Amino acid sequence: MYRYDEYDQTLVDERVRQFRGQVARRLAGELTEDEFKPLRLMNGLYLQLHAYMLRVAIPYGLLSAVQMRKLAHIARRYDRGYGHFTTRQNIQYNWPKLEDTPDILAALASVEMHAIQTSGNSFRNTTTDQYAGVAADEIEDPRVYCEIIRQWSTLHPEFSFLPRKFKIAVTGAPNDRAAVRLHDIGLIMRRGDAGETGFEVIVGGGQGRTPFVGPTIREFLPKKHLLSYLEAIMRVYNQLGRRDNLFKARIKILVHEVGAEKITEMVEEEWRHIKDGALDLPKEEVERIRAHFAPPPYETLAAAQPAFEEKKRADGAFATWADTNVAAHKVPGYAIVNLSLKPVGGIPGDATADQMDAVADLAEHYSFGEIRVTHEQNLVLGDVRRTDLHALWRKLRDIGMATPNLGLISDIIACPGLDYCGLANARSIPVAQRISNRFADLKRQHDIGELKIKISGCINACGHHHVGHIGILGLDRKGEEYYQITLGGSADQDAAIGKIVGPAFSSEAVVDAVETVVNTYVELRQNGERFIDTYRRVGKEPFKERLYAAA
Amino acid sequence: MEKTVALQVVTANRIGDGTVVYLTRVGGWSERITDGEVSRSDEERDTLMAVAQATAEIPEVVEPYLIDVVEEAGVIRPVRYREAIRAQGPPVHPAFGQQAEEG
Repeated sequence: MYRYDEYDQTLVDERVRQFRGQVARRLAGELTEDEFKPLRLMNGLYLQLHAYMLRVAIPYGLLSAVQMRKLAHIARRYDRGYGHFTTRQNIQYNWPKLEDTPDILAALASVEMHAIQTSGNSFRNTTTDQYAGVAADEIEDPRVYCEIIRQWSTLHPEFSFLPRKFKIAVTGAPNDRAAVRLHDIGLIMRRGDAGETGFEVIVGGGQGRTPFVGPTIREFLPKKHLLSYLEAIMRVYNQLGRRDNLFKARIKILVHEVGAEKITEMVEEEWRHIKDGALDLPKEEVERIRAHFAPPPYETLAAAQPAFEEKKRADGAFATWADTNVAAHKVPGYAIVNLSLKPVGGIPGDATADQMDAVADLAEHYSFGEIRVTHEQNLVLGDVRRTDLHALWRKLRDIGMATPNLGLISDIIACPGLDYCGLANARSIPVAQRISNRFADLKRQHDIGELKIKISGCINACGHHHVGHIGILGLDRKGEEYYQITLGGSADQDAAIGKIVGPAFSSEAVVDAVETVVNTYVELRQNGERFIDTYRRVGKEPFKERLYAAA
Repeated sequence: MEKTVALQVVTANRIGDGTVVYLTRVGGWSERITDGEVSRSDEERDTLMAVAQATAEIPEVVEPYLIDVVEEAGVIRPVRYREAIRAQGPPVHPAFGQQAEEG
C-alpha cells in the first residue's frame, strides 16, 4: 500500500501542531465557537447530539494491520471502546473529548493517518472497489489512480472554497462495487480501441434530497489526462456551482440544470486550455505510485484446492460461509474474504477495539497485513490462501465476524440516525437491528437471496436509502418517527433510484411492511430471480397492493 | 395569558466532552434535565438565555438553545423525541448517558 513520503508526513504533522494550538485557544476562550467550528470541521471533528464525533480518513478504504491497531488503541484510550466504519470507507468515533483530539490526531499521524477533509465543502475520501487489485473481474488496479487523486485533491488551493462537498469514486472492474454512478464524479476503468486502458467519466450523480444517477460525459479518457480532466470539471463546478442555496450546491444540480451535453461542452472547452500541460501524469510518477500497490509475494498454488473442498463437504456451516462471504481472487489458490460487521441484531459498521485488534492479527497472519473497509460497512481480507479459509473462518466466528450474510437481507447499510446525529429526523440503527432480528434465520435469508436494505434517518441519505433494493427513510411526523419505503433502487452498474411505494409507516409497522415486501417477492419470483429482477419485471404495484390492502 | 407561553429550558453541550447539559436555577449546568430551570414567561426565557450565553463565552458550553418541555407531577420532560434522546443518551447504548444513571 501507499506509504507517506516526507511531504505527506510533514503536512500531516504540521496540521496536528496547528490544531493543537487552535484547541488550546478554544478551551481558553480565545476563540468563539463560530470561529472554532470551521477549524474543527477541517479536522473532521463534529459536534453531535451527545458528544463530539471524529471522522478519520481511510484513503480508499485501505488499512495496514499497524493502522488498524492504532484505530483500536484510539477507541480504547480516547473513546468508548468501539468505532463505526462508514459508507465512505472511513471510521468515526462517537465520544472523543475536545481536549484529547490533538493527541488522537498525533496518534493517527504516527501511522500515516489523519482526519483532514472528512468534513466541510472539500474533496472527501476517494472511494473504490473493496476488491481493488485482487478482483477476478478487474481491468486494472484503481488504487493507483485513487492515490493520485488523493494527492492532487488534498489541500488543492484552487478548490479550497467549493460550493459544497465533493465525492469521487473509482472502479477498475465492470461489476461496480463502489457505487460510482452515485458520486459527484465516478470513474470506471475501460479499454480503448487499441486495448489501452482509460476511464469512462461520470459527473453529477448523488443522493441526498435530490438523487441522480450520474450521466457519462466522456466515454473514454486516456489515463495520462486524468488530472487535467478532473481539474477542468472542478473549474466548471467551482465557477458555476450554486453558492446561494445549500440544497442546490452539489454538482448534480448544476448538471441537471444545464444538462449533461452542455456540461460536457464546458468541461471539454476548459480542458482544451489545460490538457497536455503540467497536470499530465508523468510515467515515472505513475510507476512510482504503482510500485506501492505491487502484488504481494503470492505463492504458486493450484486453482483447485482439494483440502478446502473437503472441509466444505464436511462442514455445512463453513460451506455456507465460504459460498456467501468469500469472493473470487485473480490469483489461483487465493480468495477474497468478507468480514461481516452485521451480526444478528448488531449495529451495522460498528467494531469494538478488541475486534479491530483481532482483525489486525488475522490480516498479518493470513492476508499480507492489509485490511479493506467496504462502503457497505464491512471489512475485507483481500489475499487469503484457500487452504487457510477454514482456520480463518473459525477465528472469525470467535470474534463475531463470520455471519454468512454478505449481500443478504441482514447486510444492511444504516446511517447513525437519531441515536447520534443532530441532523436526523428518526432513528436508523434500531430499525436495522429489528429487521436483522426478524430475519435472523439464515436459511430464510439464503432462500430470499440477494437483497440490499439501506436505511437513512433523514433526507441527506447517508444510509443510501435511494439505492437500496428496499430503501427506508426516517421522517418526523408531528413528533413521531415514521418510515418511508422505496423499492427498486440499485447502486451497482445498473444504478437506479428507488421509487416511493406509498404512505410512510409507523415505527411499529415498518418491519412488518418490509416483511410484506419480501413475502410478496418470494411469491412472485420466477426461475431464480433476485428481488431486484422481480421488481424490475413487475414494478411497484404488486408490492403496493399488498402493503396497503388493509387500508 | 400565561398558558400561551411554552415552558422551556436551556440546553447546550459541555465544551470539554460535548455532554448534554441543562441550565439550572443557580446558573450552573446539570446533566439532568430535571435540574433545569423552567422559563414560564418571555422575560424569564430572555434572562435564562442571557445567563447561558455568558457561560458560553467563558467557554463552559457550546451553542445553548431553548427547548420546549412539559411538566408532569413536577417532573420536566422534553416535548420532542430528539430532545428526549439527547436527555437520555443513545437508545442503542443503554449504558451511555443519563439513561444509565436512572436505569
